[in-house]
Amino acid sequence: MKYSIFSLARAALSGHKNWQRTWRDATPKDRYDVVIIGGGGHGLATAWFLASEYGIKNVAVLEKGWIGSGNAGRNTTIIRSNYGLPGNTGFYELSMKLWERMEQDLNYNAMVSQRGVINLYHSDAQRDAYARRGNTMRINGIDAELLDLAAVRKMIPFLNFDNARFPVQGGLLQRRGGTARHDAVVWGYAHAASALGVDIIQNCEVTGFVREANGKVTGVETSRGKIGAGKVGMAVAGSSSRVAAMAGLRLPIESHVLQAFVSEAIKPLIPGVMTFGAGHFYVSQSDKGGLVFGGDIDGYNSYAQRGNMPVMEDVCEGGMALMPMIGRVRLLRQWGGIMDMSMDGSPIIDKTPVDGLYLNAGWCYGGFKATPGSGFVFAHLLARDVPHEEAARFRLDRFRTGAMIDEKGQGAQPNLH
Amino acid sequence: MRIVCPFCGERELGEFTYLGDAKPVRPEAGASEDEVFDYVYLRDNVAGQTSEYWYHGGGCRAWLKVTRNTLTHEISSVEPAAGAGATKVGA
Ligand SMILES: Cc1cc2nc3c(=O)[nH]c(=O)nc-3n(C[C@H](O)[C@H](O)[C@H](O)COP(=O)(O)OP(=O)(O)OC[C@H]3O[C@@H](n4cnc5c(N)ncnc54)[C@H](O)[C@@H]3O)c2cc1C
Ligand SMILES: [Zn+2]
Repeated sequence: MKYSIFSLARAALSGHKNWQRTWRDATPKDRYDVVIIGGGGHGLATAWFLASEYGIKNVAVLEKGWIGSGNAGRNTTIIRSNYGLPGNTGFYELSMKLWERMEQDLNYNAMVSQRGVINLYHSDAQRDAYARRGNTMRINGIDAELLDLAAVRKMIPFLNFDNARFPVQGGLLQRRGGTARHDAVVWGYAHAASALGVDIIQNCEVTGFVREANGKVTGVETSRGKIGAGKVGMAVAGSSSRVAAMAGLRLPIESHVLQAFVSEAIKPLIPGVMTFGAGHFYVSQSDKGGLVFGGDIDGYNSYAQRGNMPVMEDVCEGGMALMPMIGRVRLLRQWGGIMDMSMDGSPIIDKTPVDGLYLNAGWCYGGFKATPGSGFVFAHLLARDVPHEEAARFRLDRFRTGAMIDEKGQGAQPNLH
Repeated sequence: MRIVCPFCGERELGEFTYLGDAKPVRPEAGASEDEVFDYVYLRDNVAGQTSEYWYHGGGCRAWLKVTRNTLTHEISSVEPAAGAGATKVGA
């Protein structure tokens, strides 16, 4: 179905009882040109771009739970393109541009809201680092503004400016950054991909690979039977190591838990997305009024999809350092998601050494903003067998060749990225 | 999660720092590029029982070898890591 002011009026007049399902829940066929494992944002976006951009429509997305039940539906919804290293800078801006036209492209309201992202700085060294990053962005045609203290005071007057240890000195602002409604992103891609003929198959867990004698992957074993495939693309977020192991691969990845927090609803307070530069705390306010925030990962390998207390405490301390008045706001919900933490903190989009198997992994905890870009470049790789130019550095062998993209400068220590 | 340190007893997680998988063994000098690459970058990333190093910085400052289930966070054993604090055991 196509959404418009008329479809909305029609549905309103019939008491909102006649909305149609937005995408088909398909049963698996014997064979597809491309099978995507993982019905999160990245897998669904890949399928949509394969169909819409590259004309490959005989595509299935296999999801072990329900679509969006992974990190796509668990994140804190921040989108931005303020990255400083070659590889990341261009890729995240490509993604940002796709966010800006996503709702028109998909005919779906994903509530993309460019309310601005500000990274606060608290020392001269941090100001210099942010100035450098801002300059890198501007050289590459991306918007960035370095704000001094007076400008930040005007924009966010309620911060604790007199904090003796971490005085706010200013911030790096990207006005085009912001948030998007994460579930709607999943539903939007499913809606649009399904309309072009893509099969979205839920409750279908991939349990193994079908391979020829020479090792080439020609399909997948699933909880709903064997499905043949010309090519298989993995977009399974925190499960990459487990799925890759079924094809005999070991990856430069560890799985870690990241927690998210939502407070009770309060009146509009936080203008955009804010990050605390002296610790790790980021916050925005949802349209319903809840403060949505997070911080560091828990720091040890986990597949448990729930977090632990020390990080909860640390995150809340970060929030309190920045705005002591939120101490009276009650926490409503907390949850955890499992992510791939790669050895340099950057993603991997590449062919694997196994013929027919393609990898989209290692998004660490910044992969939501990458959703449209990731889908676009992964579809390019699957369709053309060469990397898209904006993802050409996201190689699997970069750890061996030394061409790491270590945005945080932490080395091969996944729990620090 | 709480960890029962063999020297200090049961302590809260915040006292400990995680190093990582205890399985990879540092290759000898002169090892091949493949062996070094493997040691530094590749991980089994096990979903289930795994053994790993933790540092009790907020307590006795010993290195510990912890057996833990990454699916449930359940800890089944904690021992002093060989060569790091292990000597204290008999002391
Ligand atoms: C708490 C939290 C906050 C975050 N905040 C942000 C943020 O503010 N901004 C940002 O940019 N990023 C953020 N991220 C990161 C971002 O959410 C992820 O990087 C991104 O969502 C990963 O891509 P995805 O959406 O496709 O993954 P997922 O939605 O996890 O999709 C992968 C899917 O694969 C399925 N799957 C796994 N194994 C199999 C199998 N064997 N067979 C079939 N299906 C399988 C899973 O069920 C899952 O649905 C956050 C992450 C977390 C956990
Ligand atoms: Zn101890």
